[in-house]
Amino acid sequence: MIHINITDLWLSNYLCLLDVLAASQNNSNSGWETKAVEFFQDQLKERDTHTLVPSLNDVPLHYLKPNSLVKFRCLIQDMFDPEFYMGVYETVDPSTKTKMLRCGKYKDVTECGVDFNSRNTVTAERQTFYCVPIPGENPWVKEISSSCLTEARVVPSTSYAPSRQKRSYEEDDDMDTQPQKQREPHAGPHSPSEHHGNGDCKRQETEAPSSQTASASHLDLNFPLPGEKGPSCLVKVYEDWDRFKLNDTLEVYGILSVSPALSALADEKDASSSLLDPAESMETAEEQRVHSPPASLVPRLHMLHAKPLPHNNPLLPSIPVLDKESTLTVVILSSTLSEMASVREEILSYFTHVLLGDALAAEYLILHLISNVYSRRDVLPLGKFTLNLSGCPTVASYTERFYQIIQQLVPSSHYLAMSLQNMNQMRLVPKKDYVANRLVSGALQLARNTSLFLDETQLEQGQLDTTGVRNVTALGNLISWQKVDYDFNYHQMEFPCNINVLIASEGRSLLPSDCQIHLQPQVAPSHLEESLSSIHMHPQASSQLNKFRIYLSMARLLDYSISDEVTKSVEDDFVDMRKDDPQSISAEDLHRMLVVARLLSLSLGQTSLSRDSWLRAKHIEMLRRSRMEQHKCVNGNEP
Amino acid sequence: MKGLISIYILIPGSSCIQPNEVDMSSPLMYGTPSSRVEGTPRSGVRGTPARQRPDLGSVRKAPQVDLHSEPVAVASEPNAGQRLVIWGTDVNVGTCKEKFQRFLQRFTDPNSTEDENAGLDLNEPLYMQKLEEISVVGDPVLNVNCRHVQSFDAELYRQLICYPQEVIPTFDMAVNELFFERFPDSILEYQIQVRPYNALKTRNMRSLNPEDIDQLITISGMVIRTSQLIPEMQEGFFQCQVCAYSTRVEVDRGRIAEPAVCRNCNNTHSLALVHNRSVFSDKQMIKVQESPEDMPAGQTPHTTVVYAHNDLVDKVQPGDRVNITGIYRAVPMRVNPRQNNVKSVYKTHIDAIHFRKTDEKRLHGLDEEAEQKLFTEDRVQTLKELAAKPDVYERLSSALAPSIYEHEDIKKGILLQLFGGTRKDFSQTGRGNFRAEVNILLCGDPGTSKSQLLQYVYNLVPRGQYTSGKGSSAVGLTAYVMKDPETRQLVLQTGALVLSDNGICCIDEFDKMSDNTRSVLHEVMEQQTLSIAKAGIICQLNARTAVLAAANPVESQWNPKKTTIENIQLPHTLLSRFDLIFLMLDPQDEAYDRRLAHHLVSLYYQSEEQMEEEFLDMAVLKDYIAYARTYISPRLSEEASQALIEAYVDMRKIGSGRGMVSAYPRQLESLIRLAEAHAKVRFSEKVESIDVEEAKRLHREALKQSATDPRTGFVDISILTTGMSATARKRKEEVAQALKKLIQAKGKTPAMKYQQLLDDLRGQSETAITKELFDEALRALADEDYLTVTGKTVRLLA
Repeated sequence: MIHINITDLWLSNYLCLLDVLAASQNNSNSGWETKAVEFFQDQLKERDTHTLVPSLNDVPLHYLKPNSLVKFRCLIQDMFDPEFYMGVYETVDPSTKTKMLRCGKYKDVTECGVDFNSRNTVTAERQTFYCVPIPGENPWVKEISSSCLTEARVVPSTSYAPSRQKRSYEEDDDMDTQPQKQREPHAGPHSPSEHHGNGDCKRQETEAPSSQTASASHLDLNFPLPGEKGPSCLVKVYEDWDRFKLNDTLEVYGILSVSPALSALADEKDASSSLLDPAESMETAEEQRVHSPPASLVPRLHMLHAKPLPHNNPLLPSIPVLDKESTLTVVILSSTLSEMASVREEILSYFTHVLLGDALAAEYLILHLISNVYSRRDVLPLGKFTLNLSGCPTVASYTERFYQIIQQLVPSSHYLAMSLQNMNQMRLVPKKDYVANRLVSGALQLARNTSLFLDETQLEQGQLDTTGVRNVTALGNLISWQKVDYDFNYHQMEFPCNINVLIASEGRSLLPSDCQIHLQPQVAPSHLEESLSSIHMHPQASSQLNKFRIYLSMARLLDYSISDEVTKSVEDDFVDMRKDDPQSISAEDLHRMLVVARLLSLSLGQTSLSRDSWLRAKHIEMLRRSRMEQHKCVNGNEP
Repeated sequence: MKGLISIYILIPGSSCIQPNEVDMSSPLMYGTPSSRVEGTPRSGVRGTPARQRPDLGSVRKAPQVDLHSEPVAVASEPNAGQRLVIWGTDVNVGTCKEKFQRFLQRFTDPNSTEDENAGLDLNEPLYMQKLEEISVVGDPVLNVNCRHVQSFDAELYRQLICYPQEVIPTFDMAVNELFFERFPDSILEYQIQVRPYNALKTRNMRSLNPEDIDQLITISGMVIRTSQLIPEMQEGFFQCQVCAYSTRVEVDRGRIAEPAVCRNCNNTHSLALVHNRSVFSDKQMIKVQESPEDMPAGQTPHTTVVYAHNDLVDKVQPGDRVNITGIYRAVPMRVNPRQNNVKSVYKTHIDAIHFRKTDEKRLHGLDEEAEQKLFTEDRVQTLKELAAKPDVYERLSSALAPSIYEHEDIKKGILLQLFGGTRKDFSQTGRGNFRAEVNILLCGDPGTSKSQLLQYVYNLVPRGQYTSGKGSSAVGLTAYVMKDPETRQLVLQTGALVLSDNGICCIDEFDKMSDNTRSVLHEVMEQQTLSIAKAGIICQLNARTAVLAAANPVESQWNPKKTTIENIQLPHTLLSRFDLIFLMLDPQDEAYDRRLAHHLVSLYYQSEEQMEEEFLDMAVLKDYIAYARTYISPRLSEEASQALIEAYVDMRKIGSGRGMVSAYPRQLESLIRLAEAHAKVRFSEKVESIDVEEAKRLHREALKQSATDPRTGFVDISILTTGMSATARKRKEEVAQALKKLIQAKGKTPAMKYQQLLDDLRGQSETAITKELFDEALRALADEDYLTVTGKTVRLLA
């Protein structure tokens, strides 16, 4: 009975559907709702329909239809208190006195004439998350994901005509009949240059207004990183909110609610009702502003379904909903694993070029970029690989150019110049603001696997003040334990994170690191400038770039194991090395070598450690250490 | 009239029934308007004014249904004729009152541990004694522990939890009748109010859900913000501008209906509100946040709004940890006349009935009671099963920081530190509190995962603090005074040591600390208090914290040829305050290397589940420790004390053979603490000889590591207690004597050259004489008043 014409309905106006259902099954309101949600989730699973849903990330808010289904790729920045709402309520028509049951789920505002004294009112609970777009998401990610979308479904982003509603119905019908069409962009490495050209002009069109809204706002949208743009969103979660954690990255599918009534309510409360009711004026103006901002700026999204994102690289085949990572590995294994070694060669030569001809440093850079905290043993994070690239030339803004290259390759990244001013003034650690009752974000509130580029060459002589010392300590903790202690004023709370930190410095960094490598440019100082500019000019074909992007994201997602024989030989090796010279290798060195071996295997597309890889890991570690000692001799005053 | 309101609203459709229409014999009519009649003698129930209870929600009423569409809610009980129950509940006022009075008259709690009941005869009815107290003190508040009600009458308890709004006023009535019957002559400011606390409904803010609305709940949390005092009008006073006739209007659902017509002169719109004759009650908004311990990882804390009324206003300050008992409320967003649709969200808050600060000293007794609920019965069962295992000590110690390899004894030491000794109070004999916490110092080569161990401990204990010696100043450890930006008042901000009261303070890089900073530790590590005298604030704070410190050797590598003191350059006064000092050194041994390698490699490839099989879960360990710390307080058995005495005598004996003191009372105290901690690990209430054995062993192990004299190879406690080994001291004396002889041999020379004397001594002695040694010898002789040293010359004194 339910599946009449829902297929057409559900995309555009899920709420209509709910109301239809609510009306038809007035009193037995138990089963229909779960059925509807289940149905919807099935839809998402079975077909590639998720590409049909317009995304809040790409389409400006005012082109989206209220109460329609949208998706949003975001990070949970803050969690508000749970709220109680009228799950089911009764309305009385003032003229006819007829009563009617209505459903309050997935809605912010009730219908007219609510009977507050009705015994049929059911109070239910929901949770609100404050979500922001993934911080530091690089432009290429946005570009590609929006172009994917436009190709699959032209309507949401291009047809801005008010008559859109009707047309989208038709489009949906089209899609239903030929679902193959949408799968196409994911079938394999499509030629992305096409996407590029295609998406570009549209993007210009879409981006202009969205940036306008952001700049026009007097409201602090609380983005972790300065200069971020994009909509933030209040996501209402109806079930299982315990499974979400702060800083999770999600793709939320939900019903967009931008009812102007929301903002009107907020305004009015400021003005008049505070006089009427002292209880409601208890919420400070700040709190009001934060918790009920105008819907035009911060839309509400009523979650129907959320998909955790293990990565935000749009080039990787999207993970089937509700499937585990293991299946993902199988999918990848078959397609691209064989190519990995060859791509590695290419990327190595590219990095060697970028790092002024230093192949060893390039090798380590690859390892760093694919590192990932894959597990924690009590307090010890395993798999982190913070790289300290010392000896960076300070001329010709090398570090900045270097960062631009990384930016082109990883899905999200952030450049943090460790200048004295930045260190003393920036807010790195999120802090709870009890007046506004929200978590004020800081630059270290980042999604998993974000690349944080610390430019220590920017550091000059001077004094760190209290904030500065605290910031440096926070960075140190981040690197050593992969955690950030959020400041809750009366106490601190520890949040684990998974951030790849790359430190570029002249000498050894003042921050701890897992691995330090001193850059040895093969380019004469006189040609430095020239060589540097050639890096920047070197136009990488975008297909090449995409290959690199896929490679780096994928190597990180692979599973890894060590067989018993290799374990044995590693142990033997360690004992032997210690026998020769106990000072030469400590437990810490073994820790690092195991991480290097792991990353090296993964970078070659091998999912278990082989004897060769272990030897190779030992070899490059030895090269690196001898270089460090060499450097120490040359530069005696180095610590 | 006032007393009426809270009960009055319970009558369905009270808006349409005039009070005089209700059967006057009904208990509901208690506190009729006549009770407000002025001029009656101020004694007895009727004479004492009732005070409104806004905490019970007379301001906003529960949704009401008009009587016409609902059957009249009068239930008839066959045995007692017609009896009224309050609409929407199953509460019969009469029965309820009777039951409560019986409870008050009969309830005894012989095993009460509450501090509040100190001084009361526990075998007499508890609450009658409290009523007596009220009659003496005149503070008309009766706090009732809900658990008592529950154990006395479960049905009454259920009603109290489910219908607090109806039941509490009934309790009020009951208690007042009883009180004025007993103490007819006492005069109270207003009628006694019952304040139930410790409702078992809810413990955690996170678990509040729509079903708790309008029920009595108790939640724990931390106050984060309090508002200014808000005067809330309870009763408006109107006066007619024409005829000066005055009338009062009660607040109904947050509104005052202004009378349009004067009843006296029939003029319309002639009544004006007179503010200073209206009745106001105090109200305050308090924001409470979940305590950090209650929170699941990776989520942000929830907050709840609490309204405090009347005398509960300003009872709590931001930063206080409180248990709040109150009624959970949800109020729909106000219907706006200009708008048809409203937000479908309710506002929730708690009307506080009772506050209980959990961090206040007087509440320690109950604190433990509160913690009891953290453990479900299943959990306790698991823990007890674990405790019954013979190898529980080894199991627990290997579960501690499994990622750190070996160092079994260090882990065992830390495990005992986590449990701690038994707290003893000797304040009556003038010695004050006895330290129960075990202090541990780890020293050793850099990179031997000391910091990791500290981090682990810090994450394991609920009140742990982690600081680094390099980054902390004396004030950061103790407390500092600052100006609060909001109130402009001086406030005391506590530092790491105070914050870790009852916990563990982990101090990394202990050796990098400035002397100034270190000096504050002296008091903390033995007396367990912190004295502060700053900016006019003089106080002594509790700092019953165990210190776990890590220090690096002065030369980046540990020098085995030097003593511990020489290696880490810490004053011996401080070192002697550590119960256990461990060295974490690289053993440099092949078998060890192999095991280490195996351990590390498996760390990197074993899956999470495999690891969990091998080791205890961190959560279990946490609970185990918390349980033992709360419930187990072992006492020394006869046998154990004999063993301890023997151990101590043995330790003294070892030294006396070589003419030195090898143990001090401090060592004995350490042994006792360690033995007690070990008994706690076993969940044993008695310290037995196996505990003493382990304490002895561990203590000896630690001493062997840290107090071995590198010159002789003997364990020498004086290295730690005086900073110098006995051999070294002996040597110093010998040199001094040799020097004296040398000078005496020189005959009558009042002054000598320093350098020449040194050369002479060197020529005479068979062993090498260092300049330091020579200087010390000179100083020793100077102390004997034999000579003085001025610059480069040495002068003999007469």
